[in-house]
Amino acid sequence: MPQFAGPTDPAADARWPDIKPRKGFFTDTSICIGCKACEVACKEWNHNPRDGDLELLESSYDNTGALGASTWRHVAFIEQGRERIEQARESGRTLVDLGMPSVGAPAPDAAAPPSAQSAIPDTPEFRWLISSDVCKHCTHAGCLDVCPTGALFRTEFGTVVVQADVCNGCGTCVAGCPFGVVERRTDGTAAPKAKRGERKGEQPDVPNLGVAQKCTLCYDRLIDDEAPACAKTCPTTSIKFGDREHMVALAKDRVAELHAQGRTEARLYGANELDGVGGTGSVFLLLDEPEVYGLPPDPRVSTADLPRMYKRAGIAAAGMAAAAILAFVGGRR
Amino acid sequence: MANADCIVIQGSNMAECHPVGFQWVEEAKSRGARVIHVDPRFTRTSAIADKHIPIRAGSDVVLLGALINYVLANDLWFKEYVVAYTNAATLVNEDFRDTEELGGLFSGYDPETGHYDPSTWAYAESNGDLPATVHEHGASASARAAGDEHGSGGPSLAHAHVLRDETLQDPRTVFQILKRHYARYTPEMVRDVCGISAGDFAYLARAITENSGRERTTCFAYAVGWTQHTLGAQFIRTAAILQLLLGNVGRPGSGIMALRGHASIQGSTDIPTLFNLLPGYLPMPSAGKHDTFAEYVAAVGTKKQKGFWANSDTYIVSLLKAWWGDTAQADNDWAYDYLPRLTGAHGTYQTVTEMLAGKVEGYFLLGQNPAVGSANGRQQRLGMSHLKWLVVRDLSLIESATWWKDGPEIASGELRTEDIATEVFFLPAASYAEKAGTFTQTQRMLQWRHKALDPPGECQSDLDFFYRLGQRIRAKLAGSTDERDRPLLDMTWDYSAGSRGDADPEAVLAEINGYQRTGPAAGKPLSSYTELRADGSTTAGCWIYTGVYADGVNHAADRVPHGGPLRSQSQWGWAWPANRRILYNRASADPDGKPWSERKKWVWWDEDKDRWVGDDVPDFVADRAPGSRPDPDLGGPAALAGDDPFIMQSDGKGWLFAPKGMVDGPLPTHYEPQESPVTNALYPQQQSPARITFPRTDNLSAPSAGAPGADIYPYVFTTYRLTEHHTAGGMSRWLPYLAELQPEMFCEVSPALAAERGLEPYGWATIISPRAAIEARVLVTDRLTPLVIGGRTVHQIGLPYHWGVGTQAVVSGDAANDLLGVTLDPNVQIQESKAGSCDIRPGRRPRGEQLLRLIADYQTRSGATIATDNVRVTDPAHEIVDPPHEHGKEDGS
Repeated sequence: MPQFAGPTDPAADARWPDIKPRKGFFTDTSICIGCKACEVACKEWNHNPRDGDLELLESSYDNTGALGASTWRHVAFIEQGRERIEQARESGRTLVDLGMPSVGAPAPDAAAPPSAQSAIPDTPEFRWLISSDVCKHCTHAGCLDVCPTGALFRTEFGTVVVQADVCNGCGTCVAGCPFGVVERRTDGTAAPKAKRGERKGEQPDVPNLGVAQKCTLCYDRLIDDEAPACAKTCPTTSIKFGDREHMVALAKDRVAELHAQGRTEARLYGANELDGVGGTGSVFLLLDEPEVYGLPPDPRVSTADLPRMYKRAGIAAAGMAAAAILAFVGGRR
Repeated sequence: MANADCIVIQGSNMAECHPVGFQWVEEAKSRGARVIHVDPRFTRTSAIADKHIPIRAGSDVVLLGALINYVLANDLWFKEYVVAYTNAATLVNEDFRDTEELGGLFSGYDPETGHYDPSTWAYAESNGDLPATVHEHGASASARAAGDEHGSGGPSLAHAHVLRDETLQDPRTVFQILKRHYARYTPEMVRDVCGISAGDFAYLARAITENSGRERTTCFAYAVGWTQHTLGAQFIRTAAILQLLLGNVGRPGSGIMALRGHASIQGSTDIPTLFNLLPGYLPMPSAGKHDTFAEYVAAVGTKKQKGFWANSDTYIVSLLKAWWGDTAQADNDWAYDYLPRLTGAHGTYQTVTEMLAGKVEGYFLLGQNPAVGSANGRQQRLGMSHLKWLVVRDLSLIESATWWKDGPEIASGELRTEDIATEVFFLPAASYAEKAGTFTQTQRMLQWRHKALDPPGECQSDLDFFYRLGQRIRAKLAGSTDERDRPLLDMTWDYSAGSRGDADPEAVLAEINGYQRTGPAAGKPLSSYTELRADGSTTAGCWIYTGVYADGVNHAADRVPHGGPLRSQSQWGWAWPANRRILYNRASADPDGKPWSERKKWVWWDEDKDRWVGDDVPDFVADRAPGSRPDPDLGGPAALAGDDPFIMQSDGKGWLFAPKGMVDGPLPTHYEPQESPVTNALYPQQQSPARITFPRTDNLSAPSAGAPGADIYPYVFTTYRLTEHHTAGGMSRWLPYLAELQPEMFCEVSPALAAERGLEPYGWATIISPRAAIEARVLVTDRLTPLVIGGRTVHQIGLPYHWGVGTQAVVSGDAANDLLGVTLDPNVQIQESKAGSCDIRPGRRPRGEQLLRLIADYQTRSGATIATDNVRVTDPAHEIVDPPHEHGKEDGS
């Protein structure tokens, strides 16, 4: 029986006969250098068109803005001062003190003599947060649950993919995603205009106009046992790809390591199976509150409430029925 | 770098400009290394670093000099290493006078030429009949950018006899001279000149010194933030001195990483695209100096000096045999006279001034977009308008191919298309995926690149283009009896393979590697440059690359996962020389041949085998025992003592003090940039006295601090690159996926400067220098910090230089390099592009003729003339020469 909330194996829920280990990303923003190679590799591999109007977006070095129909990896840049850094360090410490995730000592470098570095880093005056966002491939995917055509489906790898040739462009999934990841590819973004009214440079033909588009976790590459394009191209291994279970373990080790170094601002996002989407396939290590990166702090799939809603509706219906019966019964008196 | 315990990135924005190489910094960091970024701006490199230290552009010698002073004053230098492996103990000529005594000049300054006679900087000589070392006058050495020759080793000395005081107490020892020279480079000076607080300086000094010594190593990384200054070569020398004092050369995780600017820029100096070099850092012969083969060989390396440069005759003869085959014989000096001779400086900037003077007829541009990428872009574009013909080979119609119809000078009315007589040819080029060959990267490693697909249409690789051009020229000249055609007709020119008659890149690699010409092994590829001979029995197109094709195997294509079992990862690609991964790695062991520490062991002496062994190819004579003391008179490799790790230096030692080879001083000394809003606080001499200037009305400089009009251009600007674009944009602004990531030209300013000048975030600003005025969108950011220099606030403006004016690219914009003037480092002739003076004001720039008026108005108000900043000796009290210049005396060359 498929579940609507809580920990589960989504591929099993989808009744795949031969379930593969669930795949996912671990995006470690603490080592991201903001090169945007992931954005470019993604567009190259998936033949996604260029986005935007070729003007500065007024958002530091970010000029693609957000995840959308054609930008399936998006790198955010956030400039922060000392006060905000201290707050982040404190809020991260509190999270971990609450017991999640567990903190353990990192493996020491046995060959190294006692280090000259101090354990607790100074709070810097300034920092530049850089983070590569992507579809979360939720355990309980709102987009998938609300899709009326079956265009969105759960793969054997536990990921969520749109079949462009099935999608009718109704847009229900756009509202169904708690992260704002899915978007319909419209003419507006599909044929961007260059300056002076010209469209310059060779572009691939814009495919899949008008239908919902989002990251497929490179389903076509996964089938051939290849890593997704973004993870393959990431020069610093900030984007790691593998079995989701392993990714979560890596993420937990990394956050523990950073906390041991005094960098208590580190925390995980999407690793908690008890959250509103049953945990995500794409796990992130963040250095501040999720809102800072434009991520919802407590994402909740709308369908998670279905059992409760049905239950309430059932009670209400039963009550109505009881009232009606009572009315009849009473009426006979 | 992954083995380093501390990495200082200075003069480089490594994460943005070398994102792939930066994985090794991340690797080091994950192993616990501390990463410090010293840069005018907080960049994506700073975002990952443990600490960012803002610095005023162009003041790096003060910071590094103060670190040297800190190391010396606090006795933190690595004593065993420094005494044994460097020239600290060597005595210097008693006529040498330091900047301390001469107001910022060294002895030997010649105001007539604006260059030094460096003979007083030489090592002290014992009495006797030893041959005298030749010291080329700076004017001549600078004109041929002789510094470039030291890409694979030091300058030549006549012999290897030096006087040493191992106690380092003699005041004439290099060590004592060093101490005196850097005594004035104090933390207070760092605060007042660089704008770095005492706390930040102490942090940096402690990080470096605590992570150096037997157990730990510190690595420096730099890029064009160090090189592109009027004393750029000296910036790097300062770091070299510091690293030698700390024992951070030749050991794992040590050294100074020169981050090269593009794929295979290292390759294009090894096998040069430079006017002054032949392959393997052999100099291009100069007319009047190297007229005969014997003169040339003697100038490159003498038989009496130590080390492998003493064998330079074998490298030269093998090169000539590779180029002219059977024609090159002993009786014609191996066809030495087929080589052209230099008659002066022919760098890109001299060439442009010659164009403007109508002396250049034609110009080839290959993978170069000078209309956007070179300093003083207007000069470049106007220069091209004087050509008869111009060939541009590129992937797209770059601005250098279209300036005649849509360049800034067309818009301003300075040029009219119908008046330009230049015939422009555009030839489409193959991209990197459409051709095979090697890339040589920062660590001297050659990696083979396979061809993925054929180039489309008429696109050709550069190799094919030149191969076929050569074939056509030779066909046209066939049968010629003119002597001057012999070099072309006698040249070996057979690389063809395949049905299309394309040149085979592997055949070129085989020629570069060289082979045995005679004897039973004739035709066999050579495996090491030590096999080269000066008798014509061997060939080698580039001696340092010999071995890349050993046994006929293309080792550049070696790709064993993780590079094989050794820590040096020696089976991934091939590194020159001899597939050595760390240069001068003899220094990774102590004078007795034992590793300095277990943690940092790399190469050591094996008593049982009587050989050097380890994780890497030992960079030493393989069986020379650590205690060997051969007679220096033997010369060459045979003269290397067991503790002479610097086998390409003519005395076997690392040079703290350069007795030869630098034209602007034996020790790095701080001078301000050509134009600077700051007075030199260390010496009365404002700018580097030996810099190369171009006093021209189209190359005016902003008045420096103290001069009237200095407040007209009050701000410092520095240019740089972004990850999203490639240099002048030819490979990125035409690609939609890259263009959208950074679509518009912008400038970066601090909130304080924005308030001072009324600049709106993401609004427009106009930036004006004495050369040009450009417009840019404004990024107001805390990533730029106003610095307090000598009690007054100095603002710095950051300008990426990727955009250019044209109509062909997906995105275009004003070119930052138009703002730059042309003033060069005298050692290597690189332009100063990392520090200039400008003004900034809100709003877009005027259009058309109005723009020229704005620039002229600023020039007039500042009073800038061609004399501005071009006075060589700025302190009248020191306009003397010491020792007195003897007129008529030979310059020693």
